Order: sequence, then structure tokens, then C-alpha cells
Amino acid sequence: MVRAITNRFRSDDGSEYVVWRRPTAFPSHRVKYLTYAILAAFVLWSAWAIRISPERFLQGTGATVEFLASMWPPDFGQRERELIREGVGETLAMAVIATIVGVIASVPVAFAAAANLAPRPVYYLARGLIMISRSFHSLIIGIIFVVAVGFGPFAGALTLSFATIGFYGKILAEDLENIDMNQLRAIEAAGGNRLQVILYGVVPQALPRMIGLAIYRWDINVRSSTIIGIVGAGGIGFTLLNAFDRYQYDFALAILLVIVAIVLLGEVASAMIRRRIR
Amino acid sequence: MLRVRELAKTYPGGEEALTGVSFDVTGNEVVAIIGPSGAGKSTLIESINRLTEPTRGTVSLDGTELTDLSKRELRRARRDIAMIFQEYNLVERLTVMENVLSGRLGYLSTWKAFRRKFPKEDVEFARETLDRVGLGGHERDRADELSGGQRQRVGIARAVLQRPKIMLADEPTSSLDPETSRAVMELLTEIARDEDIPVLINIHEVDLALEYADRLIGLADGAVVFDGPPVELDASARDRIYRDGDPSESDSDPDRAAEATDETDNGPSLEKREIQRGLN
Repeated sequence: MVRAITNRFRSDDGSEYVVWRRPTAFPSHRVKYLTYAILAAFVLWSAWAIRISPERFLQGTGATVEFLASMWPPDFGQRERELIREGVGETLAMAVIATIVGVIASVPVAFAAAANLAPRPVYYLARGLIMISRSFHSLIIGIIFVVAVGFGPFAGALTLSFATIGFYGKILAEDLENIDMNQLRAIEAAGGNRLQVILYGVVPQALPRMIGLAIYRWDINVRSSTIIGIVGAGGIGFTLLNAFDRYQYDFALAILLVIVAIVLLGEVASAMIRRRIR
Repeated sequence: MLRVRELAKTYPGGEEALTGVSFDVTGNEVVAIIGPSGAGKSTLIESINRLTEPTRGTVSLDGTELTDLSKRELRRARRDIAMIFQEYNLVERLTVMENVLSGRLGYLSTWKAFRRKFPKEDVEFARETLDRVGLGGHERDRADELSGGQRQRVGIARAVLQRPKIMLADEPTSSLDPETSRAVMELLTEIARDEDIPVLINIHEVDLALEYADRLIGLADGAVVFDGPPVELDASARDRIYRDGDPSESDSDPDRAAEATDETDNGPSLEKREIQRGLN
């Protein structure tokens, strides 16, 4: 609640005057300053807690420069190029498969998670699934799938598919909750069954968004797939991990450059396609 | 023949929208339901095809008790009851043709509906009907490209395509300008005559009701307070409908302004809109 606070003051000649103060979102100005003081104290404590130290920072800078120097020049040798090509192939395949599988799995979840379309119990079940998918970072899910199905791109594809459900399911469900229900009522009134109501009343309203979101998620999956290899889930990230493990820092730099290029290309392609279908 | 007996509706919030409404509609009558905002007009119309579930009472169409039907049976029964809406309720991103053909969905398998495989005679009938409502040549336009009057014509064409036994219209002219309103009323009365079916129209513009209807049903506070031909609607009958029988009350109608804002507000939740609809 916003409240205007007016204070009375007495000027030098004894007459009373009133100062108008801007309303504050806090219950009172005193509470406001108290809140600021607590926040400041917390920031100071945090700085102490993580041991910010200028000496260690300077030391670290030296080590970093040494490390970077050992990376240069990037190693694009014969064997390295082959490994990169293999890794990139896996990464892109993972992203595409995960997007297709993930989106196909997400659509029913999204419909089930739309409060205006699904019965209550189904709604809670779907929302729970989305929440589980969203509450873990893909790296953690990746570790689980690597343990479950072993090293390699299969674990990566599973990881990204699962992450796609949380993302796509949640956003689409929220879009579905905002559709115009009047358009559905007409189909219902004409005697259409539940599926027909969805096909004629809901899908036309949601389709452009569904396509746009799928392409956006593909873009995200390309980015994530470069990184989940770190936990052994295949792709170029796995190649990178191996390079680091063998102290081949020049090879690692080559891989990093390739990853940057892939991410950039993915983003450009996604932006172009999405502009087209709008 | 439509028989409505002791129909009542109490909304979850406790609002009594209808308190026991009875009437019959036969032949090719054009019946206008008139009354102030909040009298229960929309609730009454929607209770007939159970878009709103009535709390008590019965509705039967040609001997079938609609109020007793299971969900599945109700869907079948709804094929015979066409409905026209105030906000047209077209599927905006579909073409005019798809919207009109959606009147046949009750007769089509879901798989055929998905592939837009409507029978040839349905498509032909849709074309004829579009010509008849003055929209020939607009088949491939998207519904959101049309004007308000054109959209309502699509809504009427969709209703006609059901080959219904009765047509319900919920404030079909409220979102239209006066001239378009008259054209829509003319079209509805013409359909009643040509198809030989009764048309039940909710309307708050009494002048339009007097001009086009064969019979008026006056609602006030959820009860029928007048039922008769337009010529019988004298000053005392008007008072019963619009002033609750209390002539001292002023002519102004603050509810109507409230209704206008409600209508434009795409309310947050379905339940809330249900309740608002009940209040209107």
C-alpha cells in the first residue's frame, strides 16, 4: 500500500509549515531506512563471507595470463579437426532430436497444465512435472541420465528433451490460459466434442506461438548441448572436457572458438526464422 | 417445440439469476426476451442449451428433456440448437469457411474434422448460406479481417449450417451500430420464416424487439413479468419490466454502464466471468 506522509515543522519565526514527502511503497519512512540498513549490512557480510581479497585476485590474474598463453595458438590440427567435426555433429543432432522429442512430449503436458482446459487433478499433476523439470539445471539432469544410460549423446538428448518439457510446457500452458474462451463456447454450443473444441477453438489461437517457441527452444538446446558434454553427455562439450583432462589447452581453445561460432549461428538462424513466421 | 418449466439458476456466489421461469415456444415465432441488465436474460438463453447449467427446472425440445441428458447425449442434442453470440465468438484465426463449417462439427468424426474433410454437401450448403447472408466471396478471408456486422453474419451462417430446430441469439446486436443491428434482426426474422424454426432473441433495445418480434417475454429479477405480443406492451407492462413495478424509480440505468465495462474487460478467471455473466 502506498501512503502519503505529511510532517509538520516549525520555521524560525514560529509559524508552522508542512512538508510534503513522496509516498513510499513501505509502511513508513522509518521502515524504509531500516530495510536499506539491513540490506547494506548483508552486502558487507557477503563480501566478508566469500573472502574477497585483492592479493588473491592479483595472484589469480598472473595464473590466468599464464594459462591463456599456454592456449595460444589454437590447435586445429588434422586429428583435432576430426574430433571437433565429430563433436559438433553429435551436438547438433542432440539439439534437433531433443527439440523434436521435447516439444512433442510438451504439448500434451502444456494442455494438461492449463487451468482453463484441464480438470484439477490433471492440472496439478502436469504442473508438478513442469516444476520438477524446471527446478534442476540441465547439468544436474545430465549427470542423472549419464548414470542411467551411460556416457554419450543419448544421455544428452534425454537431458535436453526433459529440460524442454519444463520450458516449453510452462510457457505454452500460460499462453493457453490466456486464450479467448468465447471462441471455444461456440464450438461447444454447436455440439463439438472435447477434441474438436481443442482442434477448432484452441489450436488456431495457439499455433503461431507453438511454432515460435519450438524454434526458440531449439536455439537454447543448441547452446545447452555444447555445455552438457562437460558431465559426459556427449557432443562437443565432452570433447572439450577430454582436451582439458589431457592438458591440451591449445586444442581446448580451438573447441571453445567453435562453440562460440555454433551458438552465434544458432541464434542468428533462430532469429531469422522467428521473424519470418510472425 | 421448446418447453421451459420452472427454470432456476443460482450462481455459486449466491446470486439468483433465474427464479423459476416457464414458457413455450413453437412454430416459427420470433420471441424477444427483454429486460434490464441483471434480469437474467443471458442466463436464461444459456440455460437452454446448458452452456450454463441450471440449478432447477426442466427444458425440453420436441419431447427430449435436455436437462436430463448425459454429456454425450447433450452434445447430440446441441446439434439441433443453434446459438448466436453477442461477441460473435468466431475463431478469429480460422477462415470464414472454416467458421461456417464448424456448425457441422457435431456430425463429423474428430479425425475428419482435423483434416477439414467436410462432406461435399456441407461445403455446398456453406457456400449457399454465405451468399444468402451477403458474404459470398469471403470464404477464404480470415475471421479477424472482417467488420463487426460481417462477423455476426458469419455467426448467423454458422448457426444456419446446423440445420437447427431452434435458434438462440444472445444479444446479437449489442456490439453493432443501429443500422447493422437492424440488418441482423431482419436476417434473423427471415431465417425463422424460411427455415420454419423459432428464434429466441435476448435483446435490451426495446425498439428493435417491438419492430421485429412476434412475441415479447419480459424478465425482471429472474422472473417472467410479461409475456405477449408487442401490441400488449403498454406503459404498465414496461414499468413492471424496467422499474420493478415501482414507478417512482428514475429512468436512468446505472447497471448498463457497468455492463459495458464488464464486456470489454477480458476478465481474469473463468469463474469470475461466469459470475459476471450471471449479474448482467
